[in-house]
Amino acid sequence: MLELKNISFGALTDDGKKEIIKDISIKFDGGFIAITGPNGGGKSTLAKIIAGIEKPTCGKIYLDGEDITGLSVTERARRGISFAFQQPVRFKGITVNDLIRLAAGRDITVSEACDYLSQVGLCARDYINREVNASLSGGELKRIEIATVLARGTAVSIFDEPEAGIDLWSFSNLINVFERMRERLGGTIIIISHQERILNIADKVAVLAAGELTAYGEKEAVLPGLLDDSFDACKVLKDSMKEASV
Amino acid sequence: MNDTEKELLKIIADMDGTPAGAYNIRANGSLAGRATTENIDIRTKTDKPGIDIIIKPGTKGETVHIPVIIDASGLNDLVYNDFYIGDNADVTIMAGCGIHNCGESESRHDGVHTFYVGKGAHVKYVERHYGEGDGTGGRNMNPTTVVNISDDGYMEMETSQIKGIDSTYRKTRATVSDGGTLIIHEKIMTHGTQTADTDFSVDLNGKNSSANVISRSVARDKSHQRFLSNINGNNVCNGHTECDAIIMDEANVKASPTLGANHIDAALIHEAAIGKIAGDQLTKLMTLGLTEQQAEEEIINGFLK
Repeated sequence: MLELKNISFGALTDDGKKEIIKDISIKFDGGFIAITGPNGGGKSTLAKIIAGIEKPTCGKIYLDGEDITGLSVTERARRGISFAFQQPVRFKGITVNDLIRLAAGRDITVSEACDYLSQVGLCARDYINREVNASLSGGELKRIEIATVLARGTAVSIFDEPEAGIDLWSFSNLINVFERMRERLGGTIIIISHQERILNIADKVAVLAAGELTAYGEKEAVLPGLLDDSFDACKVLKDSMKEASV
Repeated sequence: MNDTEKELLKIIADMDGTPAGAYNIRANGSLAGRATTENIDIRTKTDKPGIDIIIKPGTKGETVHIPVIIDASGLNDLVYNDFYIGDNADVTIMAGCGIHNCGESESRHDGVHTFYVGKGAHVKYVERHYGEGDGTGGRNMNPTTVVNISDDGYMEMETSQIKGIDSTYRKTRATVSDGGTLIIHEKIMTHGTQTADTDFSVDLNGKNSSANVISRSVARDKSHQRFLSNINGNNVCNGHTECDAIIMDEANVKASPTLGANHIDAALIHEAAIGKIAGDQLTKLMTLGLTEQQAEEEIINGFLK
């Protein structure tokens, strides 16, 4: 179980200190949790705080009862937290196979690598020896990024907008990937997403807006309210559109 | 041959015992073994130190090994090796130099290699430089490579200096005739207070000739690297030069790619990029469970692979 207690995070901006995460407490106890909410609401920051990439200004993080707040990215990874970047990193010289091998933490056979890659809709034969560099498209990188998390198979897997940059045809496969992952991993899968279809396959949905957790619960309970909220959130836009139409 | 020498041969030439095919092993400035084949002759020069390697026209699929090893401290070795590659031959040449210096005096190897690549010939030239030993004596290598590519000839050079050479000045000069191609891949890693200078100059004289000079390097600690690359397009030709370097610690790298277009249809490109390892690359590998140091090693190994 992953638990965040009173997590806050601030960053310095030109206008002084800005609170990006405001006193969030949340428990993830397995299953598929989707975190959604408007852009700039603090979703990616929260994911990075869980992975250890950002340090919270205050609050505690517990993994299976252990306080991991002070642990490094490496130590958290070794304790079973995986993180798929929203914008995957490119490496000159490191191949797709290297990256999957590093993710798995052991030498893997071509057929194992093939299994992970085919799950994200890539043919291993075409990709295994390719460098993870600028020759790969954004969508290809994104799928390889997801494959590295699959290869790790840890208790907690966090995906930061996995659907971004993936074409429509592959999108349904992606939904299948996450459904299968739930069966295989049996751990906690946290997905930051704006896609209704991803929210629909979640067990629980958390809504993060302006750094605050505005809703968290079973999908059936949260989703209907979410649509009303989004109506409110678009008020400024609606008003400006009204003005424009007058 | 002692164990140190055998070990050096393994590192620089992948040689375990005697290689198949033609070879010439030079150890501490003298001949330590030679074999020739029906198509490949190796002769000792009579006017100066070094050898002539003569490959018959049409020779296909043969490999020549010409490693040089030094494990005597204070030895200053200079050789001139000339390679005559016959028309339409297709061969691989494995060169390399390993120095093991446990003494206090400088051990040095300066090799001047001249290639005459025949018409339509295809040559792959692999050169590895490596140094070891805990003596205070310097381990220095200054290779000069001169390449002459005839019409439709093709030469691919793969040079690497990954460890242990205190100072190096690598000079490469090439001319390429009609339809000829030259490809150079250089890999360098320096550490401590080492210095590495590389200096390429390619003249694309022939119609539809081409050259691609690519250097990847890592400079660690307080080491210095300098990369000079010059391509002159003197005809309808394609030239590309690229230097990509990672700097670490207090190292410095200077890259100066230059192009000279002397023909209206010369298409020439140069690129140079120098920078430290990107923070997000380290972070990504750390999220896979690697320590920062392990992540750094993986990134460098991949980069220089």
